[in-house]
This record gives sequence, structure tokens and C-alpha cells, in this order.
Amino acid sequence: MNVLEVNNLKKYYATQKAVDDVSFTLAPGSIFGLLGPNGAGKTTLIRMITGIFYPDEGQILFNGKKFNPLNDVINIGYMPEERGLYKKMKIGEQAVYLSQLKGLDKATATEKVKEWFIKFEMQSWWTKKVEDLSKGMSQKLQFVTTVLHQPKLIILDEPFSGLDPVNANLIKDEIYNLAQKGSSIIFSTHRMEQVEEICDHIILMNKGQKILDGTVRGVKQQFKENLFSISFENLPALANGVPSFDIVGKQENSLVVKIKDGYKPNDVLQYFLQQQQSITAFNELLPSLNEIFIKLVEGTPLSRQFQKITA
Amino acid sequence: MNKTWIIAQREFLTRVKKKTFLVTTILLPLLIFGFYAMIIYFSIKGADDYKVALVDKANIFNNSIPSTDKDIIFEFSKDDTATLNRQVEKGTIDGYLVIPEDYKLLNNDTLELTSAKTVGLTTRGSIERRINRVLEEKRFLLQNIPKEKLDSLRRDTEITYRGLDGTGEQQSKAGISYAVGFISGFLIYIILFIYGTMVMRGVMEEKVNRIAEVIVSSVRPFQLMMGKIVGIGAVGLVQFIIWALLIVFLQLLLPFIFPELAGQMQSSPGIGAGVQVAESKSAIAVLMENLSFINWPLILGSFVFYFLGGYLLYSSLFAAVGSAVNEDPQDAQSLVLPITMPIIFSIVIMMKAVNDPNSGLAVFGSLFPLTSPIVMMARIAHGVPEGVPVWELILSGVFLIIGFIGTTWVAAKIYRTGILLYGKKVTWKEMWKWAFRKS
Repeated sequence: MNVLEVNNLKKYYATQKAVDDVSFTLAPGSIFGLLGPNGAGKTTLIRMITGIFYPDEGQILFNGKKFNPLNDVINIGYMPEERGLYKKMKIGEQAVYLSQLKGLDKATATEKVKEWFIKFEMQSWWTKKVEDLSKGMSQKLQFVTTVLHQPKLIILDEPFSGLDPVNANLIKDEIYNLAQKGSSIIFSTHRMEQVEEICDHIILMNKGQKILDGTVRGVKQQFKENLFSISFENLPALANGVPSFDIVGKQENSLVVKIKDGYKPNDVLQYFLQQQQSITAFNELLPSLNEIFIKLVEGTPLSRQFQKITA
Repeated sequence: MNKTWIIAQREFLTRVKKKTFLVTTILLPLLIFGFYAMIIYFSIKGADDYKVALVDKANIFNNSIPSTDKDIIFEFSKDDTATLNRQVEKGTIDGYLVIPEDYKLLNNDTLELTSAKTVGLTTRGSIERRINRVLEEKRFLLQNIPKEKLDSLRRDTEITYRGLDGTGEQQSKAGISYAVGFISGFLIYIILFIYGTMVMRGVMEEKVNRIAEVIVSSVRPFQLMMGKIVGIGAVGLVQFIIWALLIVFLQLLLPFIFPELAGQMQSSPGIGAGVQVAESKSAIAVLMENLSFINWPLILGSFVFYFLGGYLLYSSLFAAVGSAVNEDPQDAQSLVLPITMPIIFSIVIMMKAVNDPNSGLAVFGSLFPLTSPIVMMARIAHGVPEGVPVWELILSGVFLIIGFIGTTWVAAKIYRTGILLYGKKVTWKEMWKWAFRKS
């Protein structure tokens, strides 16, 4: 059963269609990338899933049942992009307080916070105040308070901003860990290389609409341009008029070729083998998510224009 | 509800645990008390004793002058002007007053006091009063009016005030009602400001620190707002209880610290409304008697009701404004103005109502929920049937409850939108739209 099922969700503001008919599903234990340029409607979508906003239309199913913000928040951990903590409050108390608000009782919350502080080597922080922490440290604290109550659904908006590579890896490992334990993770970011690395499944939003939905591998296949890179011991003399491919790029001892429709990689290899070339490497060039993202979003205005919406 | 309670607890504890809370709650009343103690002390003690040599050449005083004022000491002297001048220069006396031999009591001649330094206004008053009292008596004696007769002639007729229903009313009651009404109205005014702004700053803090979105993903914005309002209200209540206890305690201490106080109040008529009535009784006793005219359970009960009602009404509005403000505290000032206006307006009405509890303005002010918490206190102090009819009191209470439910509802809608909105300067027009749009 899907942890989350979003059906035809709509949220219109006075001047924009913030979220316009978006649907997707989220399987347990999967890491889901929610991508899109600034102002695409990601935050609004997330706010509806976390129960901060009510959708205008459409429905959200949580664990197969209609989403009820009051009872389901205990199963959701949300780390917003605009996040902060009470500056003057002691860190331990703060973490306990935030878990209490999620619905844990005080004793359980304290125990959990201690567990996580040990895991992240933060024990000595307990009586410090947030204002004493560096940005990266408070980021870690924020992550801990988000996942502390073992939610079924974790939503992370730009979780790595401001983290050094070591701490980013620490959190990344923890995300994998949580996913393995069965939590589903929605991961919203602009950083495509992270998405490629972490996510199983992505959707891309633009102007409030879902314009792409699929696994990372599937999306790449969908947008592949049949490009292959072939490396040789010695670069062969350029042949013209080969029926099976065009040469689109050339490096010191490798070629980038685009296979024509109706041909297969084998045809290309066969061609070079017949020429007695010694091939050292042959691999497919799949587009990066970054390229796909830019390709899809390019051409639409950089920022959304305000217009009157009648809905 | 449970989460509102957790939030309220945090709001309460973080504030109460702060050092500033201890300072303002305990040190401030002590400071104020010390300040008043000093004022009282100096007013009792007055300036240093002022020594006047009285050269009574006409022998009007007969070497005696009734002593009522301790600050001025008259000494009869027969020295000549040169010696007296020297004494003034040396400082053994502060000045001298010569009554010439040919001084005619009935001629209204002027007398002259010679001194080295300028004589202070109060000292002048005391000297004139005492000299004149004797001279006046002597003048009456010259007309063959003995002292006893004079005393019986020279008395004020007391006017008692009676209500239509026949209930008598002590003269002093109006005075004490005035004081109680004014003080309680003013206290509520201060409470609304202090704790209202505290709520606003708390909301702004949450917004500026970007913690609002983290929290509203766990609790409803309404719970967050109410938790804050309840928590800070509890801080206010605790603070006021501590203050009240401290004030009562220090008040009891006062006579022990200044035993002269009672005597002093007696000797200077007109210091308090009640003093003239019963000059023979000690001033404290009179004050206590006057205070007993006040229906304390009613006053305290209404005070708590209007404190809570007014606080809930205004603090939610302050919370709404806080949620609409961005980083710039300057924005807060312009947005908060429409809220502070009715509070200031209330205090103006209250000042009128405390004098005339049944004027049209007072009645309106005590019914209208935005002004009633302050204005009604002024009327209640005058007693329930006299100052305010029962039905008006009940109606005002109902209006206030409806009022704060209304403002809370409106504020919650503004709050919900405002708290998550960043980087945009919000106007009242927009807040109005948030409050009344359908959702």
C-alpha cells in the first residue's frame, strides 16, 4: 500500500495557480525527489501534504485513508526550507519540546533525543543555546528534530544547504537508513546531482503542474539522445557517410556518436571492429538530470508572472 | 487542546525562568516602593528647620505663638537690627521679622522678613499661615469676639449626597471610588499594553527565526497562537498576583517604617479626600474606613474578568499584527497603531467616566468591547446600582466575550496566512482580505 497518494491536488491563489492538478504516489521506503524551479509550487504542495494548507480541490490519502492533519502529523516529519529554532532555548529542551508537539510524551521524547544526540555526537550540546551553534550544527539539530519521532513520511526541503561534505554524508547515510527502515522520504531540492545520487523516483514541477514523473533511470532513458562515447587506442581517421551513426563530438582519443534511428550500438561497434580499430571503452551517454531539468524548464519565463485566476 | 497546553507551558516557563522576570516582578515594586517611601519621607521631613527671630515690639504675640508646624521655629528676641543681621550672617538664625511698635492690627500693615537667602515657597506659606492665624485671632479679640465663638463661627457646613432611592452616601466615598476606579482602569490599560506587545514580539520572534513553519507542521496555527496567548496571559496573572501581594505587604509595613506618617497626614488638611471629614481620627483609620465602602469582591472579580477579557481581545489582535510583520520592526509600529488607538481612547473615556459614571460617553465606553475593559472598571468602582446598573454590567460582559471570540477568530485567520509569508510588506487592506476571505 502506498504511504501517500495525492490525487488531482489544486491550490489557487488570487494571482496564481500555485498547484494545478498534481497527482503522484509514494511507496514505502522509497526516496522521492520533488524538483522544480523557484516558484513552481513545491512548497505549496508540501504544505498541503503536511496539513499546513488545505487544498482547494483533490484529495490526499495517507496510508490508504483520507489525510487528517490532526492525527497524521505524528507520522510526518517536515523540515522546511525556511527553518529555524528558538534562539534562546536550550538545545535539549528544544528538541524535546518539538517532539512533544508532534505528539510524543515527555519521557519518550527525552529518551529519543538522547539516543539521537549520541548517534550524531551531540551529547555535549544539551544545555547550549541555539545562538551558540554554527549554521551546520543547527542544521543537524533540525534534522534530528524532524526524524526523531520515526515518522512514516519524511519531507526534507533542501536538507543539505549549509552543510559541509562530512556532515552532508552523515545526513545522507541517515536518510538511506531511514528509508531502509521503511520511512518514505520526499526530498525537495534544486541540486540535481544530489537527486541523481539519492532518489529512486522523481517528479518535476513547473508553473504548478507536474511535467515529469518516473524513476531516475526511466527518466534518463526517456530523454536519452542515443549518444555513445567510444574510446580507441588510436583515434581512427574520420569516416564520412557511415549509415549507422553521426559523429557529434571528438576528444583526444574518443568519439561521441549519435546512433541513427533504426540502428543499434552493435552496428556501431561492428563498423569499427571491421576497421580493425582497437576499442578501449564503449558506453552510453545518458543525459544528466540537470540537462533534462534545464531542457524542460527552459523557454518558460524565469519567474512566474502574476495573473488573475478565475477558478 | 493538549498541544495548546504544551505551547502555553513553554511560553510561560521560558518567560518566568528569565532573569528579567525576577527583576521586573520583584525588584520593580521594591524600587517603586522605595521611591514613594522617599517622597513620603521628604514630604514629612520637609526642608531643614527654618529659624525665625521674632522681634515683637508691639507685643502682639505676648511671647507665645501656637506651635503647629515643626519646620518653622519662632524665637522671640529683643535684639536690635544690627545684632540680628549679624546672627543671620553667622547662620544662627535664618531670618528675622520685626513687628514695629506702631503696628496697628486693624490697619492691614505689611510686615517684613529679612533673610540672607531666598525663602522657599512652602516655607513662606507656613510662616504667613502661622503669623496670620495669630493676628486674625487678635483682630477678632479686638472686636470682642472670643476664641470659642470664633471657632464655632468658622466651620464648614457639610453637604451629604443622597441617591434617589434614599441610600445615603458618605462624602468621602466619591473620592475613594474615584481613586479605585482610576487605578484599576489604569492598571488594565498598562496590562493590555505590556502583555499585548509581549505577544506581538513573541509572534514576530517565531516568524523572524523561521520556526513558525516547523511548528505549524505539527500543530494548527490556531493552537500555536492560543498557546502563546494563554502562556503569556498566565505570566501576566502571576506577575500581578506577586505585585498585589508585595503591595499589600509593603503597605502594612509602611506605618512601621514611618510612624510620623499618621500624625503628619492629620496636620495638613486637604491631603486626602477623607481626611477633612474626621480630623480627630487617625488618617490611616479613615483611609481604612473609606476603603471599606468599596465592594472589594465585586471590584476584584470584575478586575480579573476585564483583565482576562481585555487581554484575550487585544492580544489576539497584537498576535495578528505580529504575524504580518517582517524583519523590519518599523513595520510593526505603523501596523500596531490601529490597535493602540482604541486603548488610548479608552483611557480618555475612563478619565471622564471616573468623574461621571453615568454620562452617555461612559455608558457607551463601558459597553463597547474595545473600550469596556478599561472604562467599566471606572464605573464599577462607584458601586453597582449607583455607578452602573446590573443589566449594563451583564451586557458589557456578554459583549466583551463576543468581542474576544470575534477578534480571536479574525486574528487567527490573519495569523495563519501571515506567519508563513515572508519578504512582503503587508498592509491593513491585505490583512482585512485574509481575515474575511472564504476558505
